[in-house]
Amino acid sequence: MGFLDSLKAGLQRSREAINEIFYMGGEVDEDFWEDLEDTLVMGDMGAEVAMRVTDDLREQAARENLTRAEQLRDALARRLAQEFPASERDPFSDLPSCVLFVGINGAGKTTTVGKLAGRARDAGARCLIGGADTFRAAAIEQLEVWGQRAGVDVITRERGADPASVCYDVVEEAERRGAELVLIDTAGRLHTSADLMRELAKVVNVTRKRCQSMPVSVVLVIDATTGQNGLNQAKEFNDALELDGLIVTKLDGTAKGGIALAISSQLGLPIYRIGVGETLDDLQTFDALDFTRALVGEGM
Amino acid sequence: MFNSLSDRLQDTFEKLRGKGRLTEDDINVAMREIRMALLEADVNYRVVKSFVARCKEKCLTAEVMESLTPAQNVVRIVLDELTVLLGSTDSKLTLAQNRTPNVIMLVGLQGSGKTTAAAKLAYLLKSQGHSPLLAACDTHRPAAADQLATLGGEIGVSVFRGDGKDAVAVASGAIQEAVDRLNDIVIVDTAGRLQIDEEMMEEAVAIKRAVRPDQILMVVDAMTGQDIVNVVTEFANRVDFDGVIMSKLDGDARGGGALSVREVTGKPIKFVSMGEKPDSLEVFHPDRMAKRILGMGDVVGIIEQAQKVADEQQLEDAERMLREGFTMDDLLKQMQQIRKMGGLQKILGMIPGMERAMSQMPQAADDSQMTRIEAIIHSMTREERLRPKIINGQRRKRIAAGSGRTVQEVNQLIKQWDEMNKMMGKMKGLMQQGGGKKGRRAMQQMMREMGGPGGGRLPF
Repeated sequence: MGFLDSLKAGLQRSREAINEIFYMGGEVDEDFWEDLEDTLVMGDMGAEVAMRVTDDLREQAARENLTRAEQLRDALARRLAQEFPASERDPFSDLPSCVLFVGINGAGKTTTVGKLAGRARDAGARCLIGGADTFRAAAIEQLEVWGQRAGVDVITRERGADPASVCYDVVEEAERRGAELVLIDTAGRLHTSADLMRELAKVVNVTRKRCQSMPVSVVLVIDATTGQNGLNQAKEFNDALELDGLIVTKLDGTAKGGIALAISSQLGLPIYRIGVGETLDDLQTFDALDFTRALVGEGM
Repeated sequence: MFNSLSDRLQDTFEKLRGKGRLTEDDINVAMREIRMALLEADVNYRVVKSFVARCKEKCLTAEVMESLTPAQNVVRIVLDELTVLLGSTDSKLTLAQNRTPNVIMLVGLQGSGKTTAAAKLAYLLKSQGHSPLLAACDTHRPAAADQLATLGGEIGVSVFRGDGKDAVAVASGAIQEAVDRLNDIVIVDTAGRLQIDEEMMEEAVAIKRAVRPDQILMVVDAMTGQDIVNVVTEFANRVDFDGVIMSKLDGDARGGGALSVREVTGKPIKFVSMGEKPDSLEVFHPDRMAKRILGMGDVVGIIEQAQKVADEQQLEDAERMLREGFTMDDLLKQMQQIRKMGGLQKILGMIPGMERAMSQMPQAADDSQMTRIEAIIHSMTREERLRPKIINGQRRKRIAAGSGRTVQEVNQLIKQWDEMNKMMGKMKGLMQQGGGKKGRRAMQQMMREMGGPGGGRLPF
């Protein structure tokens, strides 16, 4: 480093310090900060996190002399976007691949499987659906309708059958047919039900063990309207099953899905897809910056 | 992160101990804790703000500030305020007397649990002597009607499916069907819809107009976060529901949404849904919900849970045990009952203060110990379970090998059984002899063994 450079660096540091002292909030007032905190909390990010993040942003604003509201929001969105771990591998495009969908009741597992199968089929992949939700009434029928719509076969058994053995069958059939993408739907369950979680762990273990020809991923499907309990959910599922990633559904409402940020960053799980509507094409790949921009209320 | 509010307040006030008098600032610190607790429970941000402001006003009275136990006082005020807010109106289904059939309509977001709630409600009404008919008006989700039909079949309630295309037509058809078949209540299950989906909201209004429901219930997922306010406001404006069913409360969500719904729309919570089985729809208790939102344990819940699992059969078993002695099978059954209630951990967790104690000593209540005992009993033959006396050294070795435990553990179990059985024998003796002299002595003996105040004279 030359003399000039180090001088510059030194000046930079003192300029930052000066800014910090004389920073009066720029063009934004106290209302802005309160409003920002409100927005974050209302986006289900969690109160403690929201407060910490806004406090950090104040410091950053002082350091970098950010004065205008847009600048601040943009800086925050960028910083939050970095909290999301990048996905190393997309199990829905890196084929062959076998994916198990897990989650609580009503998160949207079956619908997600249906949409993904339709997508894969359109892209020309040999796809197979496994129906391991043998518990809920008409779950198999629902999946079969999706299968017909997508033009993908559904391998399942009658209601009440052992879900682990269904998975075994599915993998076997997939290998026989040379399927490239296997999507397995499981029964929704609350993370607090120890017995059902054990059952699911067995399902996952059987599939992982049986399926040697392609990598197996376990994906947690989470509803964007979920509140702070979502973190508990994800922790329990992760402890029991060692999740690979997340899919966030129902982002087409007014819910911002802030809890997904907490889950993703705390557990280090990438978000593979987000559901933003009812049709097949409304399952999109995840863009961290878009997501956080919506969360901090940009363009409001 | 999920400490109970009382623990947190205790900590807050602990720091202020010896200050003599609390200042407004101190109360502000306490209010901050309350605010965080409510936000962690997913109570809506705006609702929290107004609620905390109200609580603060009440807490600023001399009664609290000069009290020796400010933490308890603050908790009591918050709890009372919350309870009042959650349930100041009655939470029964109100059905018109002079109308047959009565109509109940269910609405809500996708995946909130409408179809399941419809079946549960039908089951409840059926057990009250009504003859409900389920109308499958979810014509959007694939196989939703199949799901309702299956659930209806399981609880013995007929389901009207109509043409399965036009929801309004199915709803009107169901009313006609109910008239023909003499059903007195029609439960209309509708498709899940987002509150911003114009077309779908229009459909809900159309169904409402067609069947003129006596009650519209909105099904709300207990895990819903902040957005609940937008959802219920819009639903209240468009279809105007009469009450709420909170679903998935068997999880560990605090269910702060209940408070938001009440505060924003003024609609009461009528039922809570606590599980997958059809009988798990329960009456809403505002006081328990208040404690749950604040993370304070639920003592009444434990008792009810215990009552639910204890049935007729078990009373008979108890009598038999007294008559013939206590077998290993009985021991097994008792342990399974604890399991049914959610395991030792959960039961202990419901006792106030226990949560904190348990976090300090995680091994205190170990469910795996129970699993081991179960394994040992499972390795016994029928004969051995009924008459554990016959278990000799050879058998002990075999049982230990079979269950993967040591002979010492088997010995311990048999010893425990023996003690329980002796206790049972004494109780039997007591019951037969009534209040006689001998009985009194036996009672004293027993008390001594149980570590009670044995030596002293009994008060009668």
